[in-house]
Amino acid sequence: MDFERRDAPFVTPSTDVASVMRQVLYALIPAALAYVWYFGPGFIFNLLIAAIFCAAGEAAMLRLRHRPVETVLGDFSAMVTAALLAFALPALTPWWVTATAALFAMVVAKHLYGGLGFNLFNPAMAGYVVVLVAFPMDLNLWTAPRIGDLDYHYLSLYETARYTLTGTFPDYLSFDAISRATPLDVVKAGLNSMSTFEEMRSYPMMGDFGGRGWEWIGNFTAIGGAWLLLRKIIRWQIPVGVLTGLLLPAGLFYFFDPAVHASPGFYLFSGGTILGAFFIATDPVTAATSPRGRLIYGFGIGFLTYAIRRWGSYADGVAFAVLLMNMATPAIDYLTRPRIVGHPKKTWGR
Amino acid sequence: MTAAATYDLGKLHGGLRLPGEKEASTARHVQTATVPPQLFIPLTQHVGEAAQPVIDIGEAVLKGQLIATAYGSLSAPIHAPTSGKVVAIEPWPVSQRHGETGPCIVLESDGEDVAFRYENRPLRYESMAPDDLLQTILDGGIVGLGGAVFPTAQKLMQAVTAPLTHLILNGVECEPYISCDDMLMREQAAEVLGGAQILMHALGLGNCFIAVESDKPDAIHGLATALGELDDKRIVLKQVPTIYPSGGEDQLVQLVTNLEVPSGGLPTDVGCVVQNVGTAAAIYRWIHDGEPLISRITTVTGDGVVSPVNVEARIGTPVSELIAIAGGYTERASQMIVGGPMTGKSVTTDRVPLVKASNCILVLSDVIPPDDEKPCIRCGECALVCPIQLQPQQLYWFACSDNEKQLRAHGLTDCIECGCCDLVCPSHIPLTADFRQAKARMREMADEKARAERARLRFEARSARLQQEQAERERQLAGQKQAALRAGPDAIREILDRNRDKNRQDDEA
Ligand code: SF4
Ligand code: SF4
Repeated sequence: MDFERRDAPFVTPSTDVASVMRQVLYALIPAALAYVWYFGPGFIFNLLIAAIFCAAGEAAMLRLRHRPVETVLGDFSAMVTAALLAFALPALTPWWVTATAALFAMVVAKHLYGGLGFNLFNPAMAGYVVVLVAFPMDLNLWTAPRIGDLDYHYLSLYETARYTLTGTFPDYLSFDAISRATPLDVVKAGLNSMSTFEEMRSYPMMGDFGGRGWEWIGNFTAIGGAWLLLRKIIRWQIPVGVLTGLLLPAGLFYFFDPAVHASPGFYLFSGGTILGAFFIATDPVTAATSPRGRLIYGFGIGFLTYAIRRWGSYADGVAFAVLLMNMATPAIDYLTRPRIVGHPKKTWGR
Repeated sequence: MTAAATYDLGKLHGGLRLPGEKEASTARHVQTATVPPQLFIPLTQHVGEAAQPVIDIGEAVLKGQLIATAYGSLSAPIHAPTSGKVVAIEPWPVSQRHGETGPCIVLESDGEDVAFRYENRPLRYESMAPDDLLQTILDGGIVGLGGAVFPTAQKLMQAVTAPLTHLILNGVECEPYISCDDMLMREQAAEVLGGAQILMHALGLGNCFIAVESDKPDAIHGLATALGELDDKRIVLKQVPTIYPSGGEDQLVQLVTNLEVPSGGLPTDVGCVVQNVGTAAAIYRWIHDGEPLISRITTVTGDGVVSPVNVEARIGTPVSELIAIAGGYTERASQMIVGGPMTGKSVTTDRVPLVKASNCILVLSDVIPPDDEKPCIRCGECALVCPIQLQPQQLYWFACSDNEKQLRAHGLTDCIECGCCDLVCPSHIPLTADFRQAKARMREMADEKARAERARLRFEARSARLQQEQAERERQLAGQKQAALRAGPDAIREILDRNRDKNRQDDEA
């Protein structure tokens, strides 16, 4: 009998890229439900628009680069980018803003660098930062989370859809009536104008640690993150690095001068901290790869996030921190190479 | 078959916990294969150069008689697996070349199986000088039976030049499916222990570890029972965790002694000698019974054969005969591998003969997913499981760009080609195959460099020689002129003629 010739090993690998990406998407479901609950159906519109434009952008680039469109689209990595974008954007975002972010993420950040595996920058964060700079007004329009504020007009499905498609409100609504500052904005402005963190904690929008509503989204995001850790889709080093990088300086400053600094708990449960720690910083392509390198990489993101939130001009800093550390990744990888078995010890940073 | 990964077990970095798949082939006792009518005995069954036939076509030989002698420093002799007549020395498909042909001695069995009698067996090796004992082992044609097929005697001769502390017998079959050593330890433990004693004497060592994985209770029991009867306190059983690739030579040393074999070095650099348990039993049979290495146990298994089993068969038996003992092929059989699923070699035909290295004949249904290699997503899983702590994702990057300098800096030459990285890669990149190729390219380049260097040296030597010859000739000519001046014109003509002839000869040379 005759047989085919193949190369060892003759064992089927246990995972594939599509299943990894799919599981990341599953893990985002609790956070998505919480987000929709607190900020309304706008999230779903954003998600759909981001998904459509990510897919279209990826397909177009694949065709231009003469790559097989179906098999590559089938790896779900563009969908993960779309989902992360939807989480980063305010619930109320005009479609062209979302589309710009999605297309920039796919075309420039991902495919001009060579596609999945070769991109230096996290595509979702690159897309987000571009619209943050290009459409600052739109990105500033946060609605209030649904925490039972009787004076606030929570937008209906129609009003949300109308704004998403046209960028306008019906006559009876105004930008100012809808727009609310996020807890990060409030605290940053407050601390800059000499209010103490203690005073701000008594505002009705504040919850136990972060803003009301926001902290619950954080909790649900963490559930998904924990599941990814259990499934070994992500490893603990990056989340732990991000959280210590953020909480350590926040804790120190708060410990020595609680009046003029916000508490570490506040930073933990505000903005994109938890999403960033478990879902954004852990994007394998743009993160460091060695275990020690990942700790350093995560710590850098956490620390930069704190620095931007505290002293920078933007309220949140996760996106910038991730992009900055993306640039440091090759150097981190090089410097944290583990010692090869059988080689002399202490070659660290050789 | 799929794999689940575990990390950092024992004293080994990374590694994989693979499903054993060994129950099927260990359910029955080792079967003895009948001697087939024709045996095909490859001349290369070891790492070194091919052995040289010492018989003529048509010559009758006895079982165990020398038919090919070692040639070169890393070669091993080959003996007739049964009695009969040499009918041909010709190319035949062999497993070492994936089923391409290699030179083989074709032996027609006479059905008598009459053995050649080696003198004074059992040898009283205890009274032999270790050097003589090593020479005797060399004559037995014994090579490492774990799959590396390094000639055993040469390995031991190299070992005794270093200060040694440990002899380790390797009873760890960490690859899935293979169970021939397991069965050997269950059923022929006394021979393994006898081999251990001979090895200790040859190496001048007073201790021996026999390492067996935790998932082989019957083998441990078999060894423990035999050890109880033998009552040799120098031999100690060691149980090692069941994790692939704990049976790799360097990895086993690391597990048992917690010493790392230095990069590019040998276990003897840390005072260890590792021998496969099958090799030990083969040594015992040669020294004690006068039977050289002419048969071995091999596992015939996989979901491509009807009833997996371990078979003791003569070297040279066509694999198709062994498949018959395992009940033949199932309908789904589509891939034949000689060796295990992680490091074995696929062969294209079952006409290949069993050789000293064949520890397993694995027939699988199609388990390989279609070609769906994706770009590396830098997930780092491969680095987590690499037992050498390499960074396969970086190596892969440098292998793609053929960056020899970085490949060296990142330890490509340290890669043991274990295949762990392949199994956890979500992008299904054939990392191990890529590394194997990159290594081959690197070797080629090194060869080319060496060739160029040799050519340069030769050229320089030649120029120097020519210059010297020229000087010599001028000196001679001057001398001749002087002589001619003294002797007159006739003599001059004669000398000139002679010189012309000589010059022509030189030019032709
Ligand atoms: S396992 Fe595969 S995809 Fe992941 S880093 Fe290694 S080579 Fe890249
Ligand atoms: S094949 Fe080489 S690189 Fe891959 S895990 Fe084994 S030793 Fe490491």
